[in-house]
Amino acid sequence: MQFHGKAHKFSDNVNTDYIISGKYKFKTLDMKELARHVMEDLDPDFYRKITAGDFIVGGTNFGCGSSREQAPLAIKHAGISAVLAKSFARIFYRNAINTGLPVVECDTGEIESGDELLVDLAGGVITNKTRGVAIPVKPLPAVMIKVLNDGGLAAHFRKYGGFNFD
Amino acid sequence: MGQTIIEKILSSHSGKSVQAGEIVVAQVDYIMGQDGTAPLAIQAFNEMGGKAVFDREKVAFVIDHSAPSPNEGVSALHKLMREFAKEKGFRLYDVGEGVCHQLIPESGRVGPGSLVIGADSHTCTYGALNAFSTGVGSTDLAGAIISGRMWFKVPETIKFVCHGVLPAGVYAKDLILYLIGAVTADGATYMAAEYTGEAIRALSQESRFTVANMAIEMGAKAGLMEADEKTFAWLRRFTDHKFAPVPADPDAAYARVLEYDVSALEPQVALPHQVDNVAPLGKVAGTPVQEAVIGTCTNGRLEDLRIAAGILRGRKVHPEVRLIVAPASRRVFLEAIEEGAIRDLVEAGAAVVTPGCGPCVGTHNGVPSDGENVISTANRNFKGRMGNSKAQIFLASPAAVAASALTGRITDPREYF
Repeated sequence: MQFHGKAHKFSDNVNTDYIISGKYKFKTLDMKELARHVMEDLDPDFYRKITAGDFIVGGTNFGCGSSREQAPLAIKHAGISAVLAKSFARIFYRNAINTGLPVVECDTGEIESGDELLVDLAGGVITNKTRGVAIPVKPLPAVMIKVLNDGGLAAHFRKYGGFNFD
Repeated sequence: MGQTIIEKILSSHSGKSVQAGEIVVAQVDYIMGQDGTAPLAIQAFNEMGGKAVFDREKVAFVIDHSAPSPNEGVSALHKLMREFAKEKGFRLYDVGEGVCHQLIPESGRVGPGSLVIGADSHTCTYGALNAFSTGVGSTDLAGAIISGRMWFKVPETIKFVCHGVLPAGVYAKDLILYLIGAVTADGATYMAAEYTGEAIRALSQESRFTVANMAIEMGAKAGLMEADEKTFAWLRRFTDHKFAPVPADPDAAYARVLEYDVSALEPQVALPHQVDNVAPLGKVAGTPVQEAVIGTCTNGRLEDLRIAAGILRGRKVHPEVRLIVAPASRRVFLEAIEEGAIRDLVEAGAAVVTPGCGPCVGTHNGVPSDGENVISTANRNFKGRMGNSKAQIFLASPAAVAASALTGRITDPREYF
């Protein structure tokens, strides 16, 4: 899987309330509608700044807080191709993989907003074309690669009728 | 080598002896979804080709986050949940029954050694009953509803040993806020926490729930405690089932062991806008507040209402403060009525709202205005959490919230003892 786009940088500890506020998520299952409010409390214009294929870049503990799966879904439906962060909160990390949103653990210190990135998940490397640096990627556990390659946990269940990690 | 509590519970549910780092597919004893997460789980269930729930006695939905419904969008999702639960034949706790994390323990179905998942991050609360319980998303929930199983990475454990006994006017909430401040919001990410020591053993079972509830705020997958006579006495109120305690082995391996002496701890407050932004209350004493909230899965139990009523009895809430009280469950509400705590709170000027999550998640029941300060017994103070990103939320114990409601300023509750 390869993705190409520009970076939108956020700070450490971006929680799932910031990704999609509770005041929206209880009302609807329309993820396109929720996507319009993604990161709204951190940057009210964020949705309008996204070009399809772009990346959200965080620091440590990205996705902390509530278990709402609307968080990775809203990011995905806003046109973001992958989230890059130094570390992720565990529920968000699972939810992202389960819903087919690639999450990449790497040193995001050398990425700034607006940088042009090439993310090669299979090759395990990110190229920051703006700064001319290569950033290695921490590999996903084998179980998660399988779920992601199947297209998420729902598709995995459809394919195998349950868990199949052997 | 010995095992931690979570290694033992994941071993007993996966049929092999496991250690931290291994991946297991484990049997799940109980599954819960609430109105913020269950609708997406229903969608995932259908997408997975689900037909029936794996065991209708082991699944429950709870309508607590926006209950009663404040608008037609929420109403439609509540209806979807009711129809699904009815069709599949499992229990749905409807409007007014209470917060999921009070109702599931009260159901008597969770105890020492249980493995529970809930599509709500504060599912870690039942660790106070010596159970492994953790929050998951909607798709994981759907997979478990169909199969009765879920995959886990067996986590390492951080052991928090709390020596001494909390002083008067200092509570479980102050203790867990202090620990979160010490290790930060991601100090236990990918790990389990075990809370032990004299100070934990001295806590009531209700107070232990408060500590376990906030394990997620340090990033932990679970917040576990050993079972003792208090645990079993509490469980006997709700079930005849005989649970076997699951202690940690003396030679279990821990990622870290952190020791604290809490005998001189002061009341603590989490300052806006992060739960680990913790300071002694004295540092912000005098800060004006316009709203005060007592309730939530952290601090809405009978003991909490009793402590708040003890401070508010015979006094009046400050005229420029709204005090909102949400009992954790209908049972708690009734018990608090019977012993007079609700009368004390209402006479003091509190607005009592439906048992449930109250204003914690920003959907109803007390959204603050721009520039307002809220002091709350909840577990999260993120910007916008209560529905307005221009308000500030301070987290504290029920005693500190009650004292602050009286003065209109953040106030040390010990002034009222």
